[in-house]
Amino acid sequence: MKAFTYERAASAPDAAARAASTPGAKFIAGGTNLLDLMKLEIETPGHLIDVNGLGFDRIEKTDDGGLRIGALVSNTDLAADMTVRRHYGVLSRALLAGASGQLRNKATTAGNLLQRTRCPYFYDTNQPCNKRTPGAGCAAIGGVARQLAVIGTSDACIATHPSDMAVAMRALDATVETITPRGETRAIPIADFHRLPGETPHIETALAAGELITAVTLPKPVGGRHVYEKVRDRASYAFALVSVAAIVHKNGAGRVAVGGVAHKPWRSEAAEAQLPDGARAVASRLLADARPAPDNAFKIPLVERTLAAILDETRAA
Amino acid sequence: MPPPPNLDLSRRGVLATGAATAAVAAAPAGAAQGKPAMTADPAPLPVSLEVNGKVRDLSPDARTTLLDALREHLHLTGTKKGCDHGQCGACTVLVNGVRINSCLTLAVMHQGDKVTTIEGLGAPDALHPMQAAFIRHDGYQCGYCTPGQICSAVATLDEIKRGVPSHVSASLTDKPRATNLEMRERMSGNICRCGAYSNIAEAMAEIAGDAG
Amino acid sequence: MKFDTPAGDNPIDRMTVVGRPHSRIDGPLKTTGRATYAYEHHREAPTAAYGHVIGAGIAKGRIRSMDLGAARSAPGVLGIVTAREAGKLGKGDYNTAPLLGGPEIDHYHQAIAVVVAETFEQARAAAALVKVDYNRTPGDFDLAAALDKAPAPDEDRLGQFEQAFDAAPFKLDALYTTPDQSHAMMEPFATLAAWDGDQLTVWTSNQMIDWGRGDLAKTLNIPKDKVRLISPYIGGGFGGKLFLRADALMAALGARLVQRPVKVALTRPMLVNNSTHRPATRQRIRIGAKPDGEIIAIAHESSSGDLPDGGPETAVNQTRLLYAGANRLTSLRLAVLNLPEGNAMRAPGEASGMMALEIAMDEMAEKLGMDPIAFRVQNDTQVDPENPDRPFSQRNLVRCLEDGARRFGWARRNARPASVTDGRWLVGMGVAAAFRNNLNVTSGARVRLATDGRITVETDMTDIGTGSYTIIAQTAAEMMGVPLDRVTVKLGDSSFPVSAGSGGQFGAGSSTSGVYAACVKLREAVAGNLGLDPAEAVFEGGKVKGARRSAPLAEAAKAGELVAEDAMTWGDLDETYQQSTFGGHFVEVGVDRYTGAIRVRRMLAVCAAGRILNPVTARSQVIGAMTMGVGGALMEKLEVDKRLGYFVNHDLAGYEVPVHADIPHQEVIFLDEADDKVSPMKAKGIGELGLCGVGAAVANAVYNATGVRVRDYPVTLDKHLDRLPAVS
Repeated sequence: MKAFTYERAASAPDAAARAASTPGAKFIAGGTNLLDLMKLEIETPGHLIDVNGLGFDRIEKTDDGGLRIGALVSNTDLAADMTVRRHYGVLSRALLAGASGQLRNKATTAGNLLQRTRCPYFYDTNQPCNKRTPGAGCAAIGGVARQLAVIGTSDACIATHPSDMAVAMRALDATVETITPRGETRAIPIADFHRLPGETPHIETALAAGELITAVTLPKPVGGRHVYEKVRDRASYAFALVSVAAIVHKNGAGRVAVGGVAHKPWRSEAAEAQLPDGARAVASRLLADARPAPDNAFKIPLVERTLAAILDETRAA
Repeated sequence: MPPPPNLDLSRRGVLATGAATAAVAAAPAGAAQGKPAMTADPAPLPVSLEVNGKVRDLSPDARTTLLDALREHLHLTGTKKGCDHGQCGACTVLVNGVRINSCLTLAVMHQGDKVTTIEGLGAPDALHPMQAAFIRHDGYQCGYCTPGQICSAVATLDEIKRGVPSHVSASLTDKPRATNLEMRERMSGNICRCGAYSNIAEAMAEIAGDAG
Repeated sequence: MKFDTPAGDNPIDRMTVVGRPHSRIDGPLKTTGRATYAYEHHREAPTAAYGHVIGAGIAKGRIRSMDLGAARSAPGVLGIVTAREAGKLGKGDYNTAPLLGGPEIDHYHQAIAVVVAETFEQARAAAALVKVDYNRTPGDFDLAAALDKAPAPDEDRLGQFEQAFDAAPFKLDALYTTPDQSHAMMEPFATLAAWDGDQLTVWTSNQMIDWGRGDLAKTLNIPKDKVRLISPYIGGGFGGKLFLRADALMAALGARLVQRPVKVALTRPMLVNNSTHRPATRQRIRIGAKPDGEIIAIAHESSSGDLPDGGPETAVNQTRLLYAGANRLTSLRLAVLNLPEGNAMRAPGEASGMMALEIAMDEMAEKLGMDPIAFRVQNDTQVDPENPDRPFSQRNLVRCLEDGARRFGWARRNARPASVTDGRWLVGMGVAAAFRNNLNVTSGARVRLATDGRITVETDMTDIGTGSYTIIAQTAAEMMGVPLDRVTVKLGDSSFPVSAGSGGQFGAGSSTSGVYAACVKLREAVAGNLGLDPAEAVFEGGKVKGARRSAPLAEAAKAGELVAEDAMTWGDLDETYQQSTFGGHFVEVGVDRYTGAIRVRRMLAVCAAGRILNPVTARSQVIGAMTMGVGGALMEKLEVDKRLGYFVNHDLAGYEVPVHADIPHQEVIFLDEADDKVSPMKAKGIGELGLCGVGAAVANAVYNATGVRVRDYPVTLDKHLDRLPAVS
């Protein structure tokens, strides 16, 4: 871990301004992913701005009947919030499927969105990685790719986004609220928040330098049956092979977002319009452009079968 | 012969490192990579923690994790370093009553916090009920993950009591119960390679039964 | 003392302390965080500096240059040792690759330097400043490909396998593969090293004190008596800590350079490729049988790879002994691979071999239309199949399987696969035999009787979670006739008599036998001091009773502490009798019919391993092994990058081992046995038996659930998903 200087932020606008004006600065909140990566010198901030004292730790109703989740609300507190449990069950379920009790106690809402990939080549600084060093090449392509992306990939990167929470947020049409270094606020739809790798896999989100997430808002509840199915080899404390966040209504319509398959939560309105036609119709549309590697091609039927489970159980419920 | 390493295939020449990790908020971290090594570390930062009921004033390197502060500065070596990356749970401690991985948090971020380690739960001649239950049910073998398991077990029963749901809770809105399945899911962040899980579950069940 | 005739009655047979379910005597320390592991000896070395080891960034090649300048001038740095600074080093007898690489690199993450600094943070940061320029050379990283140019296999034959197999009316010929696996013990390799002149003391984490001491001396080119190894608590080993590893060597080199104690822990992401692993295997098994199930031909041919001068994974061991059959072939083939060093991991040989053999037996039973237990019973043998004059010392495999079947409700199993469901789960049951040889190793101990009557045992035996502290205390208490709490046990110090150490499930039987031998000597000294006939003296209740008088044990030491030392050595009873341990593993699994995900629902092991010295710690050994078996069956696999030559998933997030949620309540039954041919303790190993066969029992249960046979471990959902019933 490279040496860094450390400060506790006084206010959000101040933190954003300081982050933009201090070379090598980064925010730290829960730290569960950032410190992991700093120990490996995959992240090498020269200055840390601790935002834990900024008070973004409340969950409150919005005027339009939705929910505003402070950026610093822990994953545990968010999953355990009674409004979330009652009306945004897919979000509770996704959070509880992720990481461990200890990590969820520390990890924050904003930090969860900003998690970096678990691609094993990204994690090994001896190997070339276009995320760590743009232009270096990608060791994952042609390598061990069982966990990696099958769709939305590029010749530069086949990493997945590891978050469970983000998949549910995508299904819920969440909005990411930020404050910019100039003190302005911005609202970024979750669909636009995470980027595909393209030629620039090191640019992972729509955030500008110094921009600080202050909250994530959810529209008013949409009802329906909320399900988050996470498929993994071991029963807990593992990243998803694939995951499916679904909200299914009595009439068969609904929403579907998929994790573990792409550089961002994967959702297509055109595909989910096929929900009344069943899992195969949705999955084949959703993953029509998939370009899997030999060792992760199973993710494509796995998504379909996982969705089939959700639809069958919804019918039976 | 296997094919030779084939990794210059997509080399594009090294771009300016400027934008390397812009995705993770704030300014690019990659900039630091080009800087020469510092000749002196930044000054240590004072921090005051309450550890096992005693106020401890430290001036650690900003890089010092809570785990290393406990083990290397305060010589409280009961909290273990198994992976140092949040992948095993051996470093679990209670901070303000809540369990966390002490390896993934900086000591300087805990000004004024109350930290309870395995040493604070009990001592050989004054065991915490959970420690005694682990001994009775042989919920450990090599002993290295054990302090983390015990801290986590204490916190798990508290989380169930407080109504925090889990991945295996059948209903999100009903009050969870300390069933075998619930405890196993909630304890899954504590790896025991010796494989004492079945016995740990029994130790916890005994305490959960006593409590409720 | 030499054990060369079957044991008669002896004080252990009283079983007033031995055989009782005592909780661990080290429990209060371990559960309160007071047991001190290798990196935690602050009191012994308050001024220790911190070493951070750098691993090679390539799998094979040569270091062209290393730039240490920036690291040397980084804050807090006290010194850096590379191969150049270290000078000429020897290589330990038990190491295949040198522990310090450079300029030649033998495998990925081989240690190439240690950076020593005032603080952990400084050492780690400075290590990242070391720039290394490599010349990468091609290597062999793909087992299947490397086998094409491997030497011919070593074969053992009996009868005419090929003819008999060809003529057999029922035949199986299948290939099974097991992957590379990692020990993944919770405590990383760690050492504190301190020099006092030319005397080196290392507090380390090592299963085999004397091997480690010898190899550290040999590597440093110093006399063995100049090295002291101390390892009182070991945070798991599973074979990974049988040997001297880079932590100890680099700490010693660092401490010598900076003239100060240095401590080193290998980081989790580095230790997987830096250290040893269980090698992958490719196993071809052929079985030919008559319609009634009698095996007439059996062949097991295993291939594995290792670094040059390494050894094979001996995955065919059990096949030479487990089942009858007149015509037999077993062989081992070894390819050269430039992956990290392959070596022992819990039950080397049998763990991998049983994973394959016991699926093959399941498949064969199905071909014959027989119950898999009945098929195994039919082919049981009470003698070494390759030498009928050599009986097993004790063999109750059939009882293990039949008792287990009753306990587990095996009769409820539906032999037709894919016919039992529970909601969205396909449910199946599987069985496998468990088999692992018993080994005995010379083991010494010193026993002291203090003036207050307390007994202290000193031996360099280790407790890696196995319960050595407790069973050694029980042995001494039984022999000397004192309660358990009157015994102190000191382990893991090379200043104590050399013991068996912890490996090959020989630790419990051998080390307690060594303590037995020392106690026999001490009893003689006690009897002598008390004027009693040692042959007649009865030690019980803290007293020694002779024909005419009785005296408190402490009285024998009233003139001063009595000390006795001896070692148990072994005659040829293991040649006269085949000494093995047996069991039956029973598993029920559920397979999600949608996702193919596999979860274990129930597990039972029935074990026959001679006398059980402590049912609590023995049971823990078995449930722990069963847990590791679930890992091997369902998730554990070091993924090889065949281009770059290293294990890619080299941390505990990437290399998945079972967590709490994977493991249901586990049941263990021990048959009531005492094997007088193996040792005066009449006890055999148990720590590895519990692993051997579990994987196959899981795999067989998955097959019973799904009807899809997977022969390639781990059995993960992607390997059967496309053959599960359609769902949409």
